[in-house]
Amino acid sequence: MASPFTYTARSSSSSSDYPLDDEHEALRSTVEEFARDVVAPRAAAMDEDGAFPYDIVGSMAKMGLFGLPFPEQYGGMGGDFFALCLAIEELARVDSSVAITLEAAVSLGAMPIYRFGSEEQRTEWLPRLASGETLGAFGLTEPGGGTDAGATRTRASVYDGQWVIDGTKAFITNAGTDITSVITVTAVTGESGGRKEISSLIVPVPSEGLSVAPKYSKVGWHASDTREVSLDGVRVPEQNLLGERGRGYANFLSILDEGRIAIAALAVGLAQGCVDESVKYAKQRTAFGQSIGNFQAIQFKIADMAMRAHTARLAYYDAAARMAAGLPFKTQAAMAKLHASEIAVTNAREATQIHGGYGFMNETPVARFWRDAKILEIGEGTSEVQRMLIARELGLG
Amino acid sequence: MKIVVCVKQVPDTWSEKRLDPADQTLDRAAADGVIDELDTYAVEEALKLKESLGDATVVVLAMGPAGAAESLRKALSMGADEAVHIVDDALHGSDALATSLVLAKAIEQIGYDLVLLGSESTDARMGVMAAMLAERLGVPQATLASGVAVDGTSLRVTRMTSAAQEEVAATLPAVVSVLEKINEPRYPSFKGIMAAKSKPTSTLSLADLGIDASSVGLAAAATKVLDSTARPPRGERTIIKDDGDAGARIADFLASRKLL
Ligand SMILES: Cc1cc2nc3c(=O)[nH]c(=O)nc-3n(C[C@H](O)[C@H](O)[C@H](O)COP(=O)(O)OP(=O)(O)OC[C@H]3O[C@@H](n4cnc5c(N)ncnc54)[C@H](O)[C@@H]3O)c2cc1C
Repeated sequence: MASPFTYTARSSSSSSDYPLDDEHEALRSTVEEFARDVVAPRAAAMDEDGAFPYDIVGSMAKMGLFGLPFPEQYGGMGGDFFALCLAIEELARVDSSVAITLEAAVSLGAMPIYRFGSEEQRTEWLPRLASGETLGAFGLTEPGGGTDAGATRTRASVYDGQWVIDGTKAFITNAGTDITSVITVTAVTGESGGRKEISSLIVPVPSEGLSVAPKYSKVGWHASDTREVSLDGVRVPEQNLLGERGRGYANFLSILDEGRIAIAALAVGLAQGCVDESVKYAKQRTAFGQSIGNFQAIQFKIADMAMRAHTARLAYYDAAARMAAGLPFKTQAAMAKLHASEIAVTNAREATQIHGGYGFMNETPVARFWRDAKILEIGEGTSEVQRMLIARELGLG
Repeated sequence: MKIVVCVKQVPDTWSEKRLDPADQTLDRAAADGVIDELDTYAVEEALKLKESLGDATVVVLAMGPAGAAESLRKALSMGADEAVHIVDDALHGSDALATSLVLAKAIEQIGYDLVLLGSESTDARMGVMAAMLAERLGVPQATLASGVAVDGTSLRVTRMTSAAQEEVAATLPAVVSVLEKINEPRYPSFKGIMAAKSKPTSTLSLADLGIDASSVGLAAAATKVLDSTARPPRGERTIIKDDGDAGARIADFLASRKLL
């Protein structure tokens, strides 16, 4: 029997009813169309075989998605961070793996070089990252810990004008693709006043002594590349120090602040995808002689799901707007990420419930969403960390 | 070299289309308007020709109500250089003959070496516009193109018909209608979307084209739709599984419907 989940090409409503300006709306609808026509039909197979979708990433590159927030002088599209978030949301509506590939490449891979790099570093690295011809990665987490990033064990010191780096990074997105060109890593570069001095270093790929482990077997995000990275006496030029020496910790915290808005966008996309799929299924599935969408129990679930996606979207729009206006946005970004990731998990659970037994079959989109959702409460700052940040802003602790 | 690409705003392919009961014309308000998908292949082909020839201008041309500007903008954000929009209330209900009259006048006014368009529109599906335009412009036509090559003023087109694949040649200017097979239309980039804002766009009325309003529109249409009924939902289906006598049972079925 044919699967009832063959993708029907268009969902009836757009995900966003918030009035966007013409250019952002044109971008959003372009990515929506691309996601629907190119990504969605492949998503189940990508989830099944876990192969990195080089051709889809290539098409995203041609559309300029990897250059969205960067100025044209560095090969970017001259857009803004919000444009990137809109693209991530539309991709995540159908598939989280390609969405996180974009998010990590831009917001974690290229952005630190744009924000903290010297003019030479920007001109050397950004054009190939912004074009999407190559991907960047950011290595912060280690096998021994992610949240407690100050406990970094990776060390680097200068010998003969070169940094020599030793250590291991865990769970690094985009670290092992055929087109990965750079991994920025944090490392302890000394001690001052009894405190570790942490700096960021640009490590070109390939580099001698740099190796990546085979892909992890993950619960979700199957077509996203996640690797353990080993640095065994890797040597990079002294000028590969990114930003000021000893500012590595502070710098990546600010990168993570922005990144949280992008992860919130990804989570909203997933939450909206759950609404899209559930509305469709509730209309077509019948039980007791009528469509299950006639049952109030199902209607209420879907109404709540739509409400959650909508409010989480407003939260990330707000954080992005504050960021664009140059206002403080740390708390709003933490709230958006915390809320969006939690409602994504809730929506995925409810959508799976609405799909009954089919919801437990891997080929069903919402089953994939369910597996893809959980990491959102963990990556780029766990939910506990977001709550700590918010509480601290309220003057607690 | 100047390439004019005709683009049509049509109701979204996936939406339900209906006729306005008042005048039996397509109810354009009932569905979202989008650029006709086949026309995006024509735009892409024009952009590819421009990229390979270097020196070329791509002008996109649409006739339609105000909403058609959206389709023109999409074509501009893909990379077309200029847009021309023919908009006039008197055009409402125009048939293919009137449409070709108006488009041909505009194309002459814009100036052209090559006219590209989709081989049919997804709403009316007449598939006659390329032929009508060529006739009115008095230039060669090549329809159903799956490949186009330009060298100086010589044009080579690969035509795909249900019967054969043909290689045809002509001298520019000419009109070419394209098939989906011809290329893979690009998605606009954000840079293209931003650039579209500042590209030259002009609107033309019937008066600008020197066309008398009485020769176009519903009243001037050569055919009239007198009445219409929605297609009834598909009825009960009979599935015949082959247990050795399927042929005979199919024949019986057809005979019972007086088809045999
Ligand atoms: C698929 C995937 C992709 C990833 N991509 C990247 C990447 O590209 N780059 C990168 O650097 N990292 C990446 N990570 C790592 C991710 O950011 C970390 O897993 C995350 O930050 C949590 O760190 P941890 O796993 O070490 O958990 P731990 O820090 O060990 O935390 C374990 C638990 O303890 C809680 N906890 C810790 N400290 C406290 C405290 N003080 N108070 C209360 N609770 C606390 C945490 O919230 C969590 O629930 C990725 C992870 C995954 C799974």
